[in-house]
Amino acid sequence: MEDSGSTDWPGRWKHIRRLLERSGPFAHPDFEGSPEILEFMLNNCKVLVIGAGGLGCEILKGLALSGFRNIDVIDMDTVDLSNLNRQFLFRMKDISRDKATVAAEFVNNRVPGCNVIPHFKKIQDYDPSFYRQFHIIICGLDSVIARRWMNGMVLSLLNYEDGVLDPSSIIPMIDGGTEGFKGNARVILPGMTACIDCTLDLFPPQVNFPMCTIAHTPRLPEHCIEYVKVFLWPQEKPFGENVGIDGDDPRHIQWIFEKAQDRADQFNIKGVTYRLTQGVVKRIIPAVASTNAVISAQCVTEAFKLASSCCNPLNNYMVFNDTDGLYTYTYEAEKKEDCPACSQVPQALSFKKDAVLQDLVDHLKNSASLQMREPGITATVNGKNKTLYMQSVEAIRKRTKENLPKRLSELGLTDGQELVVADVTTPNAVIFKLKYEV
Amino acid sequence: MLNLYQLRQQKKDGESGGKSAGSQKRASAAQLRITKDISELNLPKTCKTEFPDEDDLLNFKLIIQPDEGYYKNGRFSFSFKVGPGYPHDAPKVKCETQVYHPNIDLEGNVCLNILREDWKPVLTINSIIYGLQFLFLEPNPEDPLNKEAAEVLQSNKRLFEQNVYKSMRGGYVGNTYFERCLKA
Ligand SMILES: Nc1ncnc2c1ncn2[C@@H]1O[C@H](COP(=O)(O)OP(=O)(O)OP(=O)(O)O)[C@@H](O)[C@H]1O
Ligand SMILES: [Mg+2]
Ligand SMILES: [Zn+2]
Repeated sequence: MEDSGSTDWPGRWKHIRRLLERSGPFAHPDFEGSPEILEFMLNNCKVLVIGAGGLGCEILKGLALSGFRNIDVIDMDTVDLSNLNRQFLFRMKDISRDKATVAAEFVNNRVPGCNVIPHFKKIQDYDPSFYRQFHIIICGLDSVIARRWMNGMVLSLLNYEDGVLDPSSIIPMIDGGTEGFKGNARVILPGMTACIDCTLDLFPPQVNFPMCTIAHTPRLPEHCIEYVKVFLWPQEKPFGENVGIDGDDPRHIQWIFEKAQDRADQFNIKGVTYRLTQGVVKRIIPAVASTNAVISAQCVTEAFKLASSCCNPLNNYMVFNDTDGLYTYTYEAEKKEDCPACSQVPQALSFKKDAVLQDLVDHLKNSASLQMREPGITATVNGKNKTLYMQSVEAIRKRTKENLPKRLSELGLTDGQELVVADVTTPNAVIFKLKYEV
Repeated sequence: MLNLYQLRQQKKDGESGGKSAGSQKRASAAQLRITKDISELNLPKTCKTEFPDEDDLLNFKLIIQPDEGYYKNGRFSFSFKVGPGYPHDAPKVKCETQVYHPNIDLEGNVCLNILREDWKPVLTINSIIYGLQFLFLEPNPEDPLNKEAAEVLQSNKRLFEQNVYKSMRGGYVGNTYFERCLKA
């Protein structure tokens, strides 16, 4: 069993075998060591890495060296000079090539047998059939919006039979995040443990200075820069009509910097610099390579634990901070009972093939278990939002009441279609899943 | 504990797990929330909404026609853009009608605390609408965006009233020309 492919040399997986072929003090009680586990990791387990930036480069390296070989990576961006100090899969010659491809080439060349498949794409470009092929997803993203999108995606992959979650539809999502010297790593078992939306208040809100402070009573250098951004730019249109601020364009930053300096002088405020200007405009928090390394290592370790079951995964949120000494702890973020994203167990709604929308509305109102008052119904049909019926806004009611006599199928609703229904009788919008009776 | 290693049998070679799960991504959290917000809009009688596309609940206009106060009989239009970060992030709201108002500048920026520094995810589109309506009933000279207007309001309420009327009728206040926005 030593040989799992032509690229392996004797003893290549010796250390990993020690973890996977016998039990140990940290192993899960149910764990039974076996050579099959490594086989699974090497040959079957498919991992998706999202983002090939500061975290992503570290994650790819870690996975490849831990025995994962079927790895896909998505990134929508190209290599920039400023990435090179920490995104170590990239070199000078790679500038302006796409990150996913460069990262995949590097790892595939460096680690024999590894097969990283690049996707120079946005996460939003793929649909559930793409994401469903993976066993584990690891995110190394830099925005709350992208994380929430991925969160929504893994949640929509869940399959419920009579309200009971089918565990084979769960794809664990490991999420890493860093900001300067702070970071966190977490394991999300969609539908079972706290999701991104359950803990939304852990993400610091964007700092927004009051409009009037910026306009008339600035006290900080940041206020002066925001002033130029919010007021002067749209007024003076320095680079032409409809040219928005591009934080990566030095001419734009220079212009904002000079104007902000004028304003700072006027109010006797010190500290407006070119760097600060760039920082405020791009909302930059300096990236620290060692933080990325720690958090990525944790993410990879969790993937290893999940893939092999050799040890309990992190439960479920690790905080790391080495601003001043070194501080870390792990706690169990709680799943929110009323989380708008993951508390949703789609309820089945069965209708005859020739049912019309009015039948559905009547059912929502008359069913003893629902008793809704004025349900508003929307759906995503062919990737586009569609308002099926809504009464609260007169104009929408007029336009959508024409849908009422139409057949559900005529409205583009297929078997398995999810419907979003909002009504005063429920605290959140509720998801229903349409089934046609046969 | 979830045992992925055991589940792998069901899911080997990347075969799809839940076959009957939706083939489409679920509506986003922002979409769920805006569906809720819009279907429960409860507008004061001085306000109405306009949706250019009824399938797009994320972009719409609000028309306010105050029936009392300085701005009585005016008609003011605001654009709402609700982003994918909603309700973590506030919607972007701009005033599309030129208005002589201490808390709204000539570019349409609006100084309303819940649109920026005091935004919280429990607030709704309805809360913003009430906030905006309140700005027309009680313009607040303490937090000025249009400083001249704020100073006039503070020092000479009669003059302020006249200026507002002039601006709504269409005409100059100081050096600034305002388009007519009185109800027809
Ligand atoms: N929606 C998305 N789809 C695909 N990739 C994304 C998406 N959002 C972010 N990313 C990728 O995630 C990565 C985040 O990594 P990181 O922030 O370290 O890199 P960066 O943005 O190039 O660096 P910096 O923020 O320091 O300029 C980026 O490479 C970015 O392209
Ligand atoms: Mg970034
Ligand atoms: Zn949740």
